[in-house]
Amino acid sequence: MSTEPAAAAADLLGDVSVDDLHGDVSVDDLELADELTGSGEVATPDVAEYALRLGDDSLILSQQLGWWVSRGPELEEDLALSNIALDVLGHARSLLRYAGSATGRSEDDLAFWRDEPEFRNCWLVEQPNGHYGDTIARQFIFSAYQAELYRQLLSSTDATLRAIAGKAEREVRYHLDHSAQWILRLALGTEESRERITVSLRDLWPYVDELFADDPLIDRLSGIAVRPSDLRAGFDDTVRTVLSEAELEVPQVQPALARGRHGMHSTRLGYILAEMQWLPRRHPGASW
Amino acid sequence: MVTPLRPAEPAAARVWDIAAQVPDPEVPVLTIEDLGVLRSVVATDAEVRVVLTPTYSGCPAIDQMRDDVAARLHEAGYPQVRVDTTLSPAWTTDWMSDAGKRKLEAYGIAPPDFRAAGRQGPITVALAVKCPRCHSTRTREIARFGSTSCKALYECQECLEPFDYFKVH
Repeated sequence: MSTEPAAAAADLLGDVSVDDLHGDVSVDDLELADELTGSGEVATPDVAEYALRLGDDSLILSQQLGWWVSRGPELEEDLALSNIALDVLGHARSLLRYAGSATGRSEDDLAFWRDEPEFRNCWLVEQPNGHYGDTIARQFIFSAYQAELYRQLLSSTDATLRAIAGKAEREVRYHLDHSAQWILRLALGTEESRERITVSLRDLWPYVDELFADDPLIDRLSGIAVRPSDLRAGFDDTVRTVLSEAELEVPQVQPALARGRHGMHSTRLGYILAEMQWLPRRHPGASW
Repeated sequence: MVTPLRPAEPAAARVWDIAAQVPDPEVPVLTIEDLGVLRSVVATDAEVRVVLTPTYSGCPAIDQMRDDVAARLHEAGYPQVRVDTTLSPAWTTDWMSDAGKRKLEAYGIAPPDFRAAGRQGPITVALAVKCPRCHSTRTREIARFGSTSCKALYECQECLEPFDYFKVH
């Protein structure tokens, strides 16, 4: 059977016209409908806002960690950070899906078609990857926070949040364990590694307080959302345990005036979004 | 106890048996039934509905599994197939069948060796993992995160072979 090259190309492209190489494939065709939330429940505006906060934290962290793929200091660490990125991306998808249910937007609409002031992530996850120790310090702080967050969210009265937390809670334990092991290794390694991880933790510590700040949204979501200030004791316990084993002090620094939950971000977020969003914005509906 | 149940009702059981044949795209020696990812099946005259549960939140294999289940059921003559996934109750390795664990070991992947239920604490204690080749317990973890979300990389200090370990989760 002989086929003209043009016909063969047309076969490969299916029904897609040559003018429209990207076709009209929509990522929504994956039909992630009810499945990721477990119930197909529609979030109220307040619950959606809360889910957006948690989802944006995970989305931005995942995007940041993705930078390390192929750049890790060794293959195993490359894999570890990619695995962690994949886990938190999974959480982000579930949370954004749920957040979007309030307004009929998909997880991709929320990830790719919002601008900086509409993002609700904390400043910690916007902090630069820096060197490996910086990334590990950021991960350690964030995982210690998330471990407590998801553990408490298991008692939420909202079934969807509870289901997401039920999966995330186990995964975050690995992230916490991994970053804690590296804190120990770097702190108790060489003089150089100890100095650098000390500086990393000190540089990131101003962004810790934002994670535990309550506001009126949290008051309105009593029983559904976890009160951030209630997470502080568990976080402090984890941090004290690991840092004392690492023979490090908990940094004493002034908190930054970080208001990511209200859409006010550091200049870094714009650069992160530019990289994350340019492709779907340049080629709407692109698929591969 | 987390034992996914094959439905007793004959029409649903037939659908279950077809869906249960779908292999895990990442660990093809396991079926989705062995893995504990196949959660439930409902068959009506109008459509069949299969529910899967992802292993890890970000596991990309779930999309493949969903497509494979739908394709197999279409081939078997079910025109209306709906495959949903659910997060709750969350999958753990306790859902993996004993047959699945034996297949994994024969394939060269150390199976999860104790129950996930009841494990606690921020820093987990690693128990000895048995080498799937020489069965020595003189093994050590090389990397907690392996080639897929569900595996860690180990090395046997007896036969010196590296191997994958399906993490207790």
